[in-house]
Amino acid sequence: MSNYLLIKNARIIDPASNKDEIGAILVKKSKIVDIISGQAPNAPQDTTIIDAKGLVLAPGLIDTRVFTGEPGHEFRETLSSASKAAAAGGVTSFVTMPDTSPIIDDAALVDFIIRRAKATAKVNILPSAAMTKGLNGRDISEYGLLKQAGAVCFSDGRKSVSSTATLKSAFTYAKNFNMPIINHLLDEGLGANGDVHAGLMATGLGLKGIPYEAETIPLERDLQLAALTKVRYHGAQISCANSVKIIERHKKTNKNISCGVSINNLSLNENYVGSYRTFFKLSPPLRSEDDRQALIAGLNSGAIDIIHSDHDPQDVEGKRRPFAEAANGAIGLEPLLSAALRLYHSEQVDLMTILRAMTINPAKLLKLKSGRLKIGAKADMILIDLNYPFVVKEQEIISRSHNSVFERAKMTGKVIKTFVKGKEIFTLGES
Amino acid sequence: MNESSKHSSSSKASRSGSPYSFNHQHLLGIAQLNQVEIVDLLDRAEKMIPVSRNPQQIKQTLNGKTQINLFFENSTRTQSSFEIAGKRLGAIVVNMSVKTSSAAKGETLIDMAATLNAMSPDVIVVRHSSAGAVELLSQKVGCSVINAGDGAHEHPTQALLDALTIRKHKKRLNGLIVAICGDIANSRVARSNLMLLNAMNVRTRVIAPKTLLPKGIEHICAEVFTNMDKGLKDVDVVMMLRLQRERTSGALVPSEREYYHFYGLDKRRLALAKSDAIVMHPGPMNRGVEIDPLVADGAQSVINEQVEMGVAVRMAVLDALVGNGAKK
Repeated sequence: MSNYLLIKNARIIDPASNKDEIGAILVKKSKIVDIISGQAPNAPQDTTIIDAKGLVLAPGLIDTRVFTGEPGHEFRETLSSASKAAAAGGVTSFVTMPDTSPIIDDAALVDFIIRRAKATAKVNILPSAAMTKGLNGRDISEYGLLKQAGAVCFSDGRKSVSSTATLKSAFTYAKNFNMPIINHLLDEGLGANGDVHAGLMATGLGLKGIPYEAETIPLERDLQLAALTKVRYHGAQISCANSVKIIERHKKTNKNISCGVSINNLSLNENYVGSYRTFFKLSPPLRSEDDRQALIAGLNSGAIDIIHSDHDPQDVEGKRRPFAEAANGAIGLEPLLSAALRLYHSEQVDLMTILRAMTINPAKLLKLKSGRLKIGAKADMILIDLNYPFVVKEQEIISRSHNSVFERAKMTGKVIKTFVKGKEIFTLGES
Repeated sequence: MNESSKHSSSSKASRSGSPYSFNHQHLLGIAQLNQVEIVDLLDRAEKMIPVSRNPQQIKQTLNGKTQINLFFENSTRTQSSFEIAGKRLGAIVVNMSVKTSSAAKGETLIDMAATLNAMSPDVIVVRHSSAGAVELLSQKVGCSVINAGDGAHEHPTQALLDALTIRKHKKRLNGLIVAICGDIANSRVARSNLMLLNAMNVRTRVIAPKTLLPKGIEHICAEVFTNMDKGLKDVDVVMMLRLQRERTSGALVPSEREYYHFYGLDKRRLALAKSDAIVMHPGPMNRGVEIDPLVADGAQSVINEQVEMGVAVRMAVLDALVGNGAKK
């Protein structure tokens, strides 16, 4: 093994410093030791040199919302299998959701995830811990101890905490430890029994609708509590135009709030459900095309901070059911960047904005040192071929579950190499 | 009379008396049918009426065929109707009622499909409480599948029998005004009827309190009324829907008596429709909740006739899918 790694002639894009220029990056062992504009100088003797002409060199992606099946449902996905999928998608760090079996609501379990990840995973795994004990929506968990054990944020995962009193104490107590709270936005009474976006499609298919207000009412409530408690609040994922407006309004007066959007809601609309295609049953549901366009506009305006995969592996049994009985969720670690690049190719969002939403913005939310290309930082990096054409094929899916909403989709742009701490952990074409 | 039955007398009719071969493997919903196919099925059904009344005349076109009625939801009339229709055509009919816990439903459905398929039936008639479940099952079997109701999605044979009943009385469908009243949001009968009637150029109205109207309903019917008195004006057909008891407990409708007061069909309200309007109901009725017994059993009611048309329609559909009318 060489001591040094030099990636030269790359188009270096670093959203943290707004850098977009041709240059080279020198890595020693696990860290970036030099960033050079233009022509690379002569490298030290024992250097692996990669000529990245025509490729983009960017910070590794940080995915803030990933469900695995470990512990408890390893047949769906393990930390190891998710990390391989992540590596192929250019994701060098991801946040695991706490709704596993057992639920991650105890410091010992956070520690378990971290140790399992170290032993088995190729990428950095950042555990979130349950906002409420056992995800019961009522009793806040031990935020201090959980933080000490290594939890990066608190969330009830797929569940939306809806008790205003619980939320208020959760926010107030999390503020104590300066930890972010991430709440899934779904009013139980209005939307929890729903199947798809409440609209003409739902009516025609005879499915129960999830109306906009099932998302906007909890969002509005959470943001009022966030203003009151000054907690760092992150709306897990919004899906509609009204939510973008609400976020924009609150951001004018509150600097501690942010929100995310799933790559699914950014890429697809309700029409994909077609005739009861359960792979497109998601929470939040795919909404109208107008909503999707509003989400894209929200990404451009800065209302939306983070794009995540909402990676949610489901086995065949969970999806091969009548629509109302089928599980929510789709895998997303592998197609995350390629799907997001569609917005770049359609000239709707520039490359810097797309990468910012998956690197420095999540790093800021979670107070991570990664997500940037900086001398002294860990060399978590990706090389992207923006114009690489491919078709998503089921047999090529790395994730243990195959419930992809992008199956057979045509994509342009893919991760060619992924580096974690200076080590090449993924190379396109090598398994 | 309608166009295609004129044609059928002059063209080379198949043994089932229709000039068309029915070009579908399954009947999953009205949505899959075009106007010509709807008229064809109604014509076939109409020919079944006298035959069905006189068993000696029946050509047993389903002789030796196996029909399974797979009902995941309780049903007396629909299941019996399909059973009688199949037996009159000579089929071996097996009834299966599958009561399931809600959690295991999906699993049961797929497993059941594989099991039944291995027994090589010719047609499976399915009712299920989940929208789309019948279509899912149809993808797992090699035989024909008829949707006998899937959740709040479709109930195609009900819509066909309703249309046949209307056509018998009004001699046409085109240009009529039909009002569908009641729990539109949760009704598969309403959806199938709206699709069929729209395809036949009927002016469709829905009448219901807003809590029972689904989103976007205005795009799939001509007029929406929340006031029943206004909605009934000039209608040729009043189609009442059953109000499920669980909806009257307060969440969507405050009480049965309030519902009856504003949306029940009584004599006074019926008088607001055309004088020769007919009254329909897919059954089973809640007398005194959505309909006054005097109206249900009155001179304008064709509710019992709908049941008879149901057998004829189901005979026609079975024959079209697996009997002589089927495309070979």
